Amino acid sequence: MNGIIGKKLGMTSVYDANGNYVACTVIEAGPCVVTQVKNAETDGYKALQIAFGDIKASSVSKQLTGHFAKAGTEPLKTVVELRDSSLTKTLGETVEIADVLNEGDKVNVFGLTKGKGFQGVVKRHGFGGVGQATHGQHNRLRAPGSVGASSYPSKVFKGMRMGGQTGNTNVKIKNLKVLKIFSEQNLVLVKGAIPGHKGSVVIIESLNK
Amino acid sequence: MDAIKFVNEQTLASNNNIDFAPGDNVEISYRIIEGAKERIQIFRGDVIQIKGHGLTKSFTVRKISNGVGVERIFPISSPSIAGIRIVKKGRVRRARLYYLRNLVGKAARIKEKTSFAKG
Repeated sequence: MNGIIGKKLGMTSVYDANGNYVACTVIEAGPCVVTQVKNAETDGYKALQIAFGDIKASSVSKQLTGHFAKAGTEPLKTVVELRDSSLTKTLGETVEIADVLNEGDKVNVFGLTKGKGFQGVVKRHGFGGVGQATHGQHNRLRAPGSVGASSYPSKVFKGMRMGGQTGNTNVKIKNLKVLKIFSEQNLVLVKGAIPGHKGSVVIIESLNK
Repeated sequence: MDAIKFVNEQTLASNNNIDFAPGDNVEISYRIIEGAKERIQIFRGDVIQIKGHGLTKSFTVRKISNGVGVERIFPISSPSIAGIRIVKKGRVRRARLYYLRNLVGKAARIKEKTSFAKG
């Protein structure tokens, strides 16, 4: 996998080549510092460890500070391993947008969705609720309905969709198009929406071999 | 650096820097591409609402065409807009002129704004 770590900045719209007004997300991507190069001999597999994002030096353990110092950098917020990366970078070098992405590429974007807390089945699974709002009905409007039959099977099947924690999960959005790149400002414009709040960390995975 | 503002400034054309308000009668020259040919179509009507601000502003123009009300929404930075001309300034008391949708004929007219010279 080749990729880059970024920060979601917000959404706007741009015009594409055909004159269509397309919604897009602006991501500040990189430059990431290579903090470790793993190889088959010493680590058992090949990978590139990159890091990105500002963090207070006081909130980083001494072990980690030492690890970053080896690469000659200040402590950084997010560390990601690019397994079997085809990038030929050495310790302390930076991974820029131009190294992994081109305009028009398809990418996967990986991030943590906004937490929505404990939600009922209507919000969580798109259920319609039970029955009517009027005609004497009450308190069934957002209910899940029956969760199973009676004497057979005498249980609720596993995987029955119910209420529960919604959001705050890692989600990968696949096949998003890179609409535009501003290399000087380290900005990438990706078509459509991506997981997370403004300022949240996302990983852009290049699909180029 | 405000990245969103930067991206808007880089990607959206700011050639439509014309100051109109709800109630104004405007003429939009819109580029229409037919096959390889390009021609300009004029859409004339009253501005009934303006949404947003800056480069991402959009506005709705309403006109009566053959007795049928037609509304069209234009993003201000659309590259298809060749020009905007204010035909008449209108005198209205609100920002969203949705009440025009319920009016027909003479009642649906907007009074023209007249400027008063001092003294």
